[in-house]
Amino acid sequence: MWKFFHQLASPPHFYRLAAIFSPWFLVPGIALIAYGVYAGLFLAPMDYQQGDAFRIIYVHVPSAYLSLMAYMIMAISGGIGLIWRMKLAHAVAAAAAPIGATFTFLALATGSIWGRPMWGTWWEWGDPRLTSELILLFLYFGYMALRGAIDDTAKADKASAVLALVGVVNVVIVHFSVEWWSSLHQGQTLMKEGGPAMDPGMLYPLLAMIFGFTLLFGSLLLRRVRTEVLFRERRTRWVREMIMSPEGQ
Amino acid sequence: MNGSAPIQPGMLSGLWATARRDLLLAWKRPGDVLNPLFFFAMVCTLFPLAVGPSAEQLEFSGPGVLWVAALLATLLSLNSLFLGDFEDGSLDQLLVSAQPLPVLALGKTLAHWLTSGLPLVLVSPILAITYRMPWSVVPVMMLTLLLGTISLSLLGSIGAALTVGLHRGTALLSLLILPLAMPVLLLGANTVSLAAGNDIYTTGIWALGAYAVASLSLAPYATAAALRISNE
Repeated sequence: MWKFFHQLASPPHFYRLAAIFSPWFLVPGIALIAYGVYAGLFLAPMDYQQGDAFRIIYVHVPSAYLSLMAYMIMAISGGIGLIWRMKLAHAVAAAAAPIGATFTFLALATGSIWGRPMWGTWWEWGDPRLTSELILLFLYFGYMALRGAIDDTAKADKASAVLALVGVVNVVIVHFSVEWWSSLHQGQTLMKEGGPAMDPGMLYPLLAMIFGFTLLFGSLLLRRVRTEVLFRERRTRWVREMIMSPEGQ
Repeated sequence: MNGSAPIQPGMLSGLWATARRDLLLAWKRPGDVLNPLFFFAMVCTLFPLAVGPSAEQLEFSGPGVLWVAALLATLLSLNSLFLGDFEDGSLDQLLVSAQPLPVLALGKTLAHWLTSGLPLVLVSPILAITYRMPWSVVPVMMLTLLLGTISLSLLGSIGAALTVGLHRGTALLSLLILPLAMPVLLLGANTVSLAAGNDIYTTGIWALGAYAVASLSLAPYATAAALRISNE
């Protein structure tokens, strides 16, 4: 068991494994998303209050959840990299940031599109979750800007890991802001006590989308970490040997 | 000489020595202290010029404008927190010192707050009066600014330590610190607005105090870690 983890941390080994695992995430992910999109758009019943507009949650909720999840992955792997000096963990953190920022943007954009018919406005400053999500996007920008500003990769890794860990405080505020400030935003329906307050016909496509998005995220992350590893290890022997080998992988 | 170990000065004397040195440097170069204050006053002047001098509007937006101006003025002075020490090499001396680095970083941050945060708090009533803030609200505003600038100096010291020695420092520092500072701004400005509207505002004061205490106990470690990373 431990041997597996130790091997996983070695870049050439990870590079090979990631290539094997990535499709295993991608194919079921696409399948789940395809089912979720079809069922969410055509099969799920209309909401008695919101009409068809509610259907945007099939993109909005998974993106919002992944925007937080990607940040946690970024911060935790940054912390692992700082504490155990594991090079691969920093590569994971570096690869997670742009994906997380994209999902954050997607969550903001879909939320704003939903807000137009529901609240009658594209943007509502009074809502803490919108504002916190925007701050999360700024945190991602700051993280990537700091990485970009430091030329030395090892230094950039550590400095950005410190920033990500400090920013975790903000992510916690994002999560609890629903309870902290009274708001226009819908309360939580999915993770409520006593089960989700939602029709099963609406719920199953949503769950499919959440799992599908997560798998897609995993596959994207593996792919990005792979290229990140390849770039970081470009001067090592195993990369040179792999490129020179007759298979030319 | 006689073989006994040299006497180690205590932790508090390390803290005090760093703080005193920075205060002395600020005393010799008063411009560094005054510029952010002028900046603060000017941002507060810009606003009525831009949106018009109507009394209700000023009364309504006063707390927010004062808080945003204070935040920006603090950011302005943060860039130089470690820059001078980095350029003349005294930062390396801090890093190799036998004193714990978080304590020294706290000393520098303390000096920064005394030369930037505290003057802002002291000047703020004058500007608040021009915004027609009632006298009863002024102490509340000063208290929120007092607690808030402590948090901002501490948070800012992390950002300043991360960006010290980078050429594109100033803009980057704002980009790193502003998202972290937004909860402070939100609490501070809203507390003053609540007080101005005769609402219950103590929650905001407690929350700002909690934020200040939390950053006081955690930020120096992050600053020290960041300083070590930036100076490898």
